[in-house]
Amino acid sequence: MEFFLQLLLNGLVVGGIYALVALGFVIIYKASSTLNFAQGEFLMLGAYICLAILDRSRVPFAVAFALTLLFSVALGLLLERVVLRPLLGQPVISMIMVTLGLSSVLKALVQGVWGTDTRPFPAVFATEPVMLGPLPVSQGYLWSLGCVAVLLVVLTAFFRLTRLGLAMRATSFSQEVALSMGIPVRRIFALSWSIAAAVSAAGGILLGAMRGGVDGSLAFYGLKVIPVVILGGLDSISGAIAGGLIIGVLENLSGGYLDPLVGGGAKDVAPFVALVLILMFRPTGLFGTAHARRA
Amino acid sequence: MPAERKAPKPLSLFKTRYGLPALGVFLVALFSLPSFASAYWLDVLCRIGIATIGAMGLNILTGWTGQISLGNAAFLAVGGYATAALAGRFALPFFIVIPLAGTLAALSGMLFGIPSLRLRGLYLAMATLAAHFIVIFVAVHWESVTGGVNGVAVPAASLFGVELDDDRRLYYLIYALATLLLFFAGNLSRTRPGRAFIAIRDQEIAAGVIGIDVYRYKLFAFAVSSFYVGVAGALLAYQARLISPENFPITLAIDYLAMIIVGGLGSVTGSVLGAVFITLLPELLRVGSSSLAGRYPGMVELFASLKMGVFGLTIILSLALQPEGLAARWRSSKIWRKVAGSQGGSA
Repeated sequence: MEFFLQLLLNGLVVGGIYALVALGFVIIYKASSTLNFAQGEFLMLGAYICLAILDRSRVPFAVAFALTLLFSVALGLLLERVVLRPLLGQPVISMIMVTLGLSSVLKALVQGVWGTDTRPFPAVFATEPVMLGPLPVSQGYLWSLGCVAVLLVVLTAFFRLTRLGLAMRATSFSQEVALSMGIPVRRIFALSWSIAAAVSAAGGILLGAMRGGVDGSLAFYGLKVIPVVILGGLDSISGAIAGGLIIGVLENLSGGYLDPLVGGGAKDVAPFVALVLILMFRPTGLFGTAHARRA
Repeated sequence: MPAERKAPKPLSLFKTRYGLPALGVFLVALFSLPSFASAYWLDVLCRIGIATIGAMGLNILTGWTGQISLGNAAFLAVGGYATAALAGRFALPFFIVIPLAGTLAALSGMLFGIPSLRLRGLYLAMATLAAHFIVIFVAVHWESVTGGVNGVAVPAASLFGVELDDDRRLYYLIYALATLLLFFAGNLSRTRPGRAFIAIRDQEIAAGVIGIDVYRYKLFAFAVSSFYVGVAGALLAYQARLISPENFPITLAIDYLAMIIVGGLGSVTGSVLGAVFITLLPELLRVGSSSLAGRYPGMVELFASLKMGVFGLTIILSLALQPEGLAARWRSSKIWRKVAGSQGGSA
């Protein structure tokens, strides 16, 4: 039972980060119908930037965190303007390929600047575990869950309550209608890229802090998000959150219970098996709508 | 007068009357190349030939039918492991092994394609991404067939006791198959299924309205495409002689997508040019960076990231600057126009 609870908790913590990154993925998909395969590189870059700030100056972690988010917002704006916007209106394959090219360039930048070795991340959370009932829980996990929850609440409030959030929802509903109502649709695209970059960077920082080190393998989280968004529904923000938590739990449970049977690797493949099954039986995912309609 | 209306001229395989002889000269040159290429360049040339077959396969699916696949590395792996098993255990000659490997790849492709081909194009990209990780998982764990992470040895391609056991001999097999498959693809694009593919890409709903069985043709395109990729996988196995999951990383699938993007979507010439360009790119970078290594010792460590960065930039720049790919640039080059004269070589 304790083993199960431990796996469940690990799953929720990682799942929360999946939820953040998936949220960015869904926001971009809703705004511009593009799959962003560079999401994992945003996450990795965020972790490295935060680490660089912490290494070079004596600012507290919270400040470094905020600075990294600012940097990511600027990066998202820049990339949207320089790389994505010239391709607006091109076929889907061009948009997908450009994000794949972008992911290559970002990975190369990170490798070129910081090398390929794992770099230690300073211990920002207290190390002694807290007892949650019978279960010892590391404080980093609790902080991470807390940060994710706060970010998700803030973003949901942003979409529901602010004018800009309303404009984003209108744009994803119908670009033409949004344009005719005077919404600056291009600026909405730029905003969606900067939000996506920022939430991914936040996920990367939290992962780096929990694992105590950052390396190139962080980029893999960008691909893990694909099953999450399919499960949740490609165009659903609440689906991204629910899907993230479910996939996080699923992969930890299958890692815990199946790995001894199959000899490792079940954790990484389980989300993708789930993806195929979802496409077979419920292609709209949990909360997705019209976009997944049959051809 | 309606009776005077002629049916449009059938699309010919060659745009000008110089096309066929030019191709003939090119093929003669190609098949005499091994007699004076070094071992290193033979290896590169073999890899280019294999990449051409794979890129052509992907182009049938993505360029003509408009469906995006990230599963090429997985289907290459299916073709490769099938070759290892069929040639290794049953000692079958290559002319049986290669078509069977292609067929197995096509079947495994359909297994993953069927759920998503009913949906919009983007879903195939995701299903094939899943296919990649599932196939690699199987390759790592099904040790009796695949040898797990250590890999499995592949016997040399053989035919009635003649063994194609080095690149020089394998070269002819690879390029003979590549020529055959490219001709088939070029002709396919002019047939009923080929035009159905293009109609589906351009307007899926309209294609359905004019009587094309969209789902069937999508599935057919996916099967043909995976067959090509499987054949490429078989040849890859015959060349490498030892294959392990490391031969088939997800970046390989992205390489293939880059080939058809850089070369030209939906173009036979584009598949060739893209395969040549993307295979040569790291080789040229390696030559360049090792010649600079004397002056800048850091170059060697930077090589991996340099390669990745240039690769990414190539994709981004080619999308921004020549979205129709090298094939369009090739057609519109001045020499070509001069040769083509007034026969409309700019098409």
